Amino acid sequence: MINLIADLGAGLLTRLVQIGQALLMLLQAIFVQPKASSLPRLMQQLFVVGVQSLIIMLVSALFIGMVLGLQGYTLLSAYGSEQAVGQMVALTLVRELSPVVAALLFAGRAGSALTAEIGLMKATEQLASLEMFGIDPLHRIVAPRFWAGMISLPLLVAIFSLVGIYGGHLVAVDWLGVYSGSYWGNMQQAVDFNEDVLNGMIKALVFAFLISWIALYQGYSCVPTSQGISAATTRTVVYSSLAILGFDFILTALMFGGAV
Amino acid sequence: MNKRWLELSVGLMMVAGLAALVALALQVSGGNMSRNAEHYAISALFENAAGLGPKAKVTMAGVIVGEVVAVGIDPHTLMAEVHMKINSQVNYISIDSSASILTAGLLGEKYIGLTVGAEDDVLVAGDVIEDTQSALVLEELISQFLLNVGDNK
Repeated sequence: MINLIADLGAGLLTRLVQIGQALLMLLQAIFVQPKASSLPRLMQQLFVVGVQSLIIMLVSALFIGMVLGLQGYTLLSAYGSEQAVGQMVALTLVRELSPVVAALLFAGRAGSALTAEIGLMKATEQLASLEMFGIDPLHRIVAPRFWAGMISLPLLVAIFSLVGIYGGHLVAVDWLGVYSGSYWGNMQQAVDFNEDVLNGMIKALVFAFLISWIALYQGYSCVPTSQGISAATTRTVVYSSLAILGFDFILTALMFGGAV
Repeated sequence: MNKRWLELSVGLMMVAGLAALVALALQVSGGNMSRNAEHYAISALFENAAGLGPKAKVTMAGVIVGEVVAVGIDPHTLMAEVHMKINSQVNYISIDSSASILTAGLLGEKYIGLTVGAEDDVLVAGDVIEDTQSALVLEELISQFLLNVGDNK
């Protein structure tokens, strides 16, 4: 019994130590003196993390928008108010679906790759050799990847929302015959830039922070074996997804919950 | 060459992302921003403010001129006290104006409609509109109707 409680305490302490290590790693990586020579590395990472995630984002945004348009139309036409489909599609996407789905895809597409890459660097002792040369791997490896995530996810979310809204337009207006003017008009009346679009962007920033942090820490602290890397990659996706969904609820409650 | 292409694609992504944000601002939200424009606060006492809540529209001749801030009970008169903020550009609401709680459509949201009176003096911050018409409560209407039907027998 006492052993059990001691195990519990030990588990908690290890977790706390891990969180502390992750925090230290992050602080060291974020507060880097930006140098002109580090710009190409940031570019490289923006390409890997951002541009290469673009296709999956575009395709999923289009399909999600089309599904929302279709479902919204069937549901709303039962009440004779299918004009409101634009408003429904836009608010659902901008407030919730774009940040969350884009972040989940980003965790699967970019986060796992980051973990695997850094884990492999650790396993092949590239990180150790960098340190031998007197180059801090946190500055050289972790920082550009972190900032690339922070920059690209909000941009991807904005693109996601827009493509999704046009996907809804495609189904609702072009196929099902909702009047285009009421699709956009109702949407413009209902969507508020500060309250809806910017809050969605804040969510995207928070998710980008969480994903980059988790992915980089998992890679940096993984057991440098092939099993260790695969376990760390899995943990990245699982932890990121849980963190995204959990924080999404908290952020939604803070942003939209206190209205009444 | 390869490096140039990489930079180009990153640049294109950033332009596309920012352009999407601008499009969200203009096309999707129609430039709607909850600006903290200048407002002045007035209130009105209603016998019944059922269904009215914060952020409900305040209109004048069908045009939105402000919104409801809070709804509470006035402890002296025990009536519903509705606080609203009115756009400061609309500074010509005469003091004998009346406020009524209206419904958009049969089941739609409640909003306040202001009907301007004839006086030259205008409402300023802190003023109270006395001449009000309460929310239409469907149940009361039905019970009144049933009562009338019963009387006519």
